[in-house]
Amino acid sequence: MSRAAVLESTDEAVAGIEDGSTVLVGGFGMAGMPFDLIDALIRQGAKDLTIVSNNAGNGDVGLAALLAAGRVRKVVCSFPRQVDSYVFDALYREGKVELEVVPQGTLAERMRAAGAGIGAFYCPTAVGTPLAEGKEVRTIGGRDYVLEYPIKGDYALICAHRADPMGNLVYRKTARNFGPVMATAATTTIVQVDEVVPLGGIDPEAVVTPSIYVDRIVAVESRRYTVQGAR
Amino acid sequence: MTTDATAVAGPARTAGAPVTADRPLSMDEVAAVIARDIPAGAYVNLGIGQPTKIADHLPEELGVVLHTENGMLGMGPKAEGDRIDPDLTNAGKVPVTELPGAAYFHHADSFAMMRGGHLDICVLGAYQVSERGDLANWHTGRPDDIPAVGGAMDLAIGAKNVYVMMKLFTKSGAPKLVPQCTYPLTGVGCVSRVYTEVAAFELRPDGVHVLETYGTTVDELRSRLDVELH
Repeated sequence: MSRAAVLESTDEAVAGIEDGSTVLVGGFGMAGMPFDLIDALIRQGAKDLTIVSNNAGNGDVGLAALLAAGRVRKVVCSFPRQVDSYVFDALYREGKVELEVVPQGTLAERMRAAGAGIGAFYCPTAVGTPLAEGKEVRTIGGRDYVLEYPIKGDYALICAHRADPMGNLVYRKTARNFGPVMATAATTTIVQVDEVVPLGGIDPEAVVTPSIYVDRIVAVESRRYTVQGAR
Repeated sequence: MTTDATAVAGPARTAGAPVTADRPLSMDEVAAVIARDIPAGAYVNLGIGQPTKIADHLPEELGVVLHTENGMLGMGPKAEGDRIDPDLTNAGKVPVTELPGAAYFHHADSFAMMRGGHLDICVLGAYQVSERGDLANWHTGRPDDIPAVGGAMDLAIGAKNVYVMMKLFTKSGAPKLVPQCTYPLTGVGCVSRVYTEVAAFELRPDGVHVLETYGTTVDELRSRLDVELH
């Protein structure tokens, strides 16, 4: 893995994302959602995308805007249905987007496995439920587990608080969520940050995502949204 | 075994006096009952919806540490006004606050914490619970309903104790504590207690025990439920 590139614009950051790519998109609802990278991806034009994210968009921004632009073939997520997920809801009901629902922890662990070189793993979540149908079940030490496979991304689009020029990252509060896991699980990891600090500006003891996982960094004037009263 | 109008606390009851109420409880009162049964210092996850009310009844000196699936221990109350930070929300995406001693971590760690059996208690809502502790709370199964599971299945099989907070009957009067769930399952044999507006139940290997009743009797519950009550 070569050293991370610090880029001037979000358009440069998302250059080269191919049609049909699997893109891991960070965020839990609006927190940690890489809004600026998604806007750039909409301008970039890649289509037929498989999006892996916790949710399926809120309001008209971020993932919802990408969905509304008709660029997404399939969504892999844990919780598509929210008070303000009307863009996804309509596309799904019209049969215009495919949905794979994955338990949230299994979603995270499948990406962790991809990043950690694990071929598959036995997971106790979803045993005996519709989400385990068709999957191998194995009894280990008297308990049943479902065989789950890694989810590898061609690209990860994530949002961190701060990067150094090497690509070391720190996050902010619960906006960390899927970022560190997705960074490990994609061939190319693209990060939007609030600021790039000089080398040595991040305490090595406090680095959350080490630079080896990061390919492209862009600093943005980040917009943040809250979803008051959402579920 | 309880056979008359006065249900008594079972031997596994953790703390506090039985609630005596001659009327059904409000869900806020049910939240208070559950809070009473959470031991000091416990690590607890409160599910989205009704269970979040429980936090209002946990006195600070009890030292209960709240976990939120989106990567935090030591979650404080809902944020208001200037304290709202878009980077700090709970599992319901509502802005919250952090308490001294809080910690942030990423999603794989957050769910390793659940799945690995490190949380003492989680409290979830439910469509149905079976007498053997099967939980149905993620999907109605209706064809027009978009399925969304979130962290429900991970919590159901992960926490050391899974409590359910729900109304005992649907709006049309159908029991939600049932011999067998008809809704799609979230987890198998995972629920140990069910707290409702008319009674609290403990699900043990030998069956369903009534811990307390509120404005009803065990005999009356027997007549309205299809499960055997001890």
